[in-house]
Amino acid sequence: MVTEAVIWAIFLLPLGSFAFAALVVRPFFNRFSLISGLVTIAALGTALGFSIWTLRSVILGHELVFEPIEWLEVGGATIDFGLLIDPLTAVMLIVVTGVSLLVQIYSLGYMKGDPSFSRYYAYMSLFTAAMLGLVLASNIIQLYMFWELVGVSSYLLIGFWHERPTAAAAAKKAFIITRIGDVGFLIAILYLFTQADNFAAVGLNAFHIPDIWEAAQPEAAAGAILGGAVLTWLALGIFAGAAGKSGQFPLHTWLPDAMEGPTPVSALIHAATMVAAGVFLVARFFPVFEHSPDAMTVVALVGAFTAVFAASMGLVMNDIKRVMAYSTVSQLGYMMAALGLGLYAPAIFHLVTHAAFKALLFLGAGSVNHATGTFDMRYMGGLRKVMPITYILVVVAGLSLVGIIPLAGFWSKDEILLGAWTGTGLVDTWVSRVTFSALLAGVIVTAFYTIRMIILTFHGEFRGGIVRELEEKAQTVPARESHHGGVHLAESPWVMVLPMVALGVTAVLLGYLANPQWTEEIGIPRHWIIGFLGDGLSAALGASGHAETLDFSRWMATISTVAALSGIGLAVLIYLRRRDQRADPLSKVKPVHTLLSEKYYMDTLYEDVMVRKGFFKYFAGILDWTDANLVDGIVDRIGWFFQNIGSAIGKLQSGHVQGYATGIAFGVLAIILALLLA
Amino acid sequence: MSFEAFMIVAAILFCIGLYGSLARRNVLAVLMSIELMFNAVNVTLVAMAKYLAPAALQDDISSVLTGQVFAVFIITVAAAEIALGLGIVFAMYRTHDSVDLSEATGLRH
Repeated sequence: MVTEAVIWAIFLLPLGSFAFAALVVRPFFNRFSLISGLVTIAALGTALGFSIWTLRSVILGHELVFEPIEWLEVGGATIDFGLLIDPLTAVMLIVVTGVSLLVQIYSLGYMKGDPSFSRYYAYMSLFTAAMLGLVLASNIIQLYMFWELVGVSSYLLIGFWHERPTAAAAAKKAFIITRIGDVGFLIAILYLFTQADNFAAVGLNAFHIPDIWEAAQPEAAAGAILGGAVLTWLALGIFAGAAGKSGQFPLHTWLPDAMEGPTPVSALIHAATMVAAGVFLVARFFPVFEHSPDAMTVVALVGAFTAVFAASMGLVMNDIKRVMAYSTVSQLGYMMAALGLGLYAPAIFHLVTHAAFKALLFLGAGSVNHATGTFDMRYMGGLRKVMPITYILVVVAGLSLVGIIPLAGFWSKDEILLGAWTGTGLVDTWVSRVTFSALLAGVIVTAFYTIRMIILTFHGEFRGGIVRELEEKAQTVPARESHHGGVHLAESPWVMVLPMVALGVTAVLLGYLANPQWTEEIGIPRHWIIGFLGDGLSAALGASGHAETLDFSRWMATISTVAALSGIGLAVLIYLRRRDQRADPLSKVKPVHTLLSEKYYMDTLYEDVMVRKGFFKYFAGILDWTDANLVDGIVDRIGWFFQNIGSAIGKLQSGHVQGYATGIAFGVLAIILALLLA
Repeated sequence: MSFEAFMIVAAILFCIGLYGSLARRNVLAVLMSIELMFNAVNVTLVAMAKYLAPAALQDDISSVLTGQVFAVFIITVAAAEIALGLGIVFAMYRTHDSVDLSEATGLRH
C-alpha cells in the first residue's frame, strides 16, 4: 500500500527540481545547464514510479483517505491542505507524470543549445508540479491555487522566447483569456464561502471537495445547501473556469496562439497539463454537475459546438502546429460534450488517449521543425523519405486522432459516440441527439484535416523549408524558432525519437484498456478503465449505478469508421492528386476559405471590436473623460479655491492699523448683536 | 436729567470718537478721537455711579464714589498715554516725514 509521504513526493519532486534548477543551477552553474534537465527527468521519473505505485494501490482498493493539514481558518471556515486520491486522480497522475517525463527527455534534444536551457527546465518542472498539485488537491481553495499556478507557468512557457513580440503577446493573451473564465470559478468559490456556516451546521467543510459533492446530492442530509438554481449557477461558474483553461468556445482563441512557445511546451500544454485541467475540473465536480440538467446541457452543447467549430478552422491552417492546436480544441470539445452528457468515464478515457496521441503529434511537429526549420506546411513536403520514423509515428498518432480501429483514439471516441447515441438520461434526448450529430460530423472534419496535414508535410516534393520561406517573405529574422535555423533534412536525434516511440506504443496499446471483446483472454476485464473510473465515482458518493458500461456496438463502430474513412478519402482525393503543390485546393472556395482562415473573425471581434473599439475607445474614453473632468476637476477646483481664498484673505492683512481696528470694532459689534439677539 | 440721556450722550460721543479714530488719517486727529472715546467712557462711569449705585450703599457716600474715582484715574492715565502717543507721532514723523496713518503699514512685515 502506498503511503501518504509517497503521494506527497509525486508533487514535491517536480517542485524540488524547479527550485533546484531555478535557484541553484541557473544562478551558479549555468554553464552546466544540462544538470537541470537531468535532475528534472530524474525527479519526474521517480514521480512516475510513485504514480504507478499509487495507481496500483487504488486498483487494489486500498483505503487512501488521509487527514488533511489545517492551513487557514477564516471566519468559521477551515481551509485544509490535503490529498484526494480516487481513480480519477490516480489516472491523471500517470498521464501528467508520464507525458511530462517523455516531453522532458525529448526537450534534451529539442532545446539543445538554447541559452535559457535551465530556465526552460525550471518552468517545465513548475508547470508539472502545479498540475500535479491541482490533481491531488482535496480542497477547492488548494485546487484554485494550483489552477492559477498552472496558468502562470503556461504564461511563462508560452512567452519563453520573450524577446519575440508575438510570443510575449501570445503569453499575455493566454493569461488574460483564461483569467476571464477564472472569474466564474472564483465566484463559485466565493459562493461556497458564504455558505460555510450552513455547511458547518451539518458537519461539512464548504471547501472540502467530497463535502461539496455531498452537499449537492438531493437525497443527502445536506442536500438543501446546494440545490436548484444555485446548483446550476455554481456548476456554470466552475464550467466557466474550465472553458477558459480548456479552450472551449468562446474562450478558445488563446490556444492556437499559444503555439508561440517551444514545441515541447505545446505538447505538454495540449496533452497533459494546461488544457486537461479544465476537463479534469469538470470531472472533479461531476457529482455537482450531474444534478443540474441545465448546467449539463450547457456543457454538452458548448462542447459539441466547439468540437465542430474548432475542427473546421483546422481545415485551412497552414501552420502545422495550428492545425494541431485546433484539433486539440476540438478534441477537448469531445471531452466536454461527453461530460455534459454524463459520460464521465469515457470523457476521462478520451483525455488519456488524447494525451498520448496529441503529445506524439506535437513532438512529431517539433521533429519536423528540427529538420526543416519552419512550421509552415507550404514549405514542407516529401519528408517521408528523410524522416521515416517520425513519419510512421505521426501517421499512427494521426490515425488514432481520427479514430481508426484498433488505435487508442478509436476506442475512446467510440465510447463517447455510443454513449451520446444511447443517452444517459441526465439531459434531454434532443441534447444527446444534437451532440451526437455534431460529434459525428466532427469525426469527418477531423479525418480530413489530419490527413491533409500528413500529406502536406510528408508527401509530394520538398518545398524548401525555412530557406524558401525566408526568401519569399523577404524577412531578415525568422518568424519563429530562430535558434534552429537552416534546413538539414535528416531524422531527429535518438533523444527526440525515443520518447516519440514510447508515446507511439502507448497510442496503440492504450485502447486495450477499454477494449470490448477479446482482452479478457489476456487478463484485462472488459471496459476495464471505464468501470474503474465509474466505480471510483460511485464509491465517492456512497452510491452505485454510475458504472454502467455500454457494450461495444458493431454498427456504431461501423458508422464512425465510415465517417472517418470518408474524411480520409476526401483528403487523399483532394491533396494527394493535386497538380499544383504550392496552392491549397481548398482556397478555391474563396469565401469559406477566407472565413475559416480568419478564424470566423473571432480574433478580429475580440481584439479590434471588443478591445480596441469597445474597451480602449469607449470604455477607456469614458473613464478618461471622467478622470480629466470629474476627478481632476474636483481636485483642481479644490486647489483653485484654497489658492484664491488664501490670496483673498492675505489682502486683508494690509498693515493699516485702522483697517484692523475697523475689523475689531465691527467684530465686537457683531458679537454684541449676537449676544443680544440670542 | 434722566439716566438714558447720559447714556445717549455717551454713546454719541463714543461713536464720534470711534468714527474719527477709524476714518481720519492724521495721527493727531486719531489721538484726539481716542480721547473722545475715553471721555465717553468717563461719562458713563460717572452717570452709572450716580444712578445705578445700590440704594443700600447710599448712606456710605465713600463707597458710592467708585465711578467718579475711576473717571479721575482714567483722565490721569489718558494724559500719560497721550504723552506716549505724541512721542510715537514724533518718531513716526522723523522716519516717514509724515503723520499720515495710511503710510504706516510696517505691521504687515
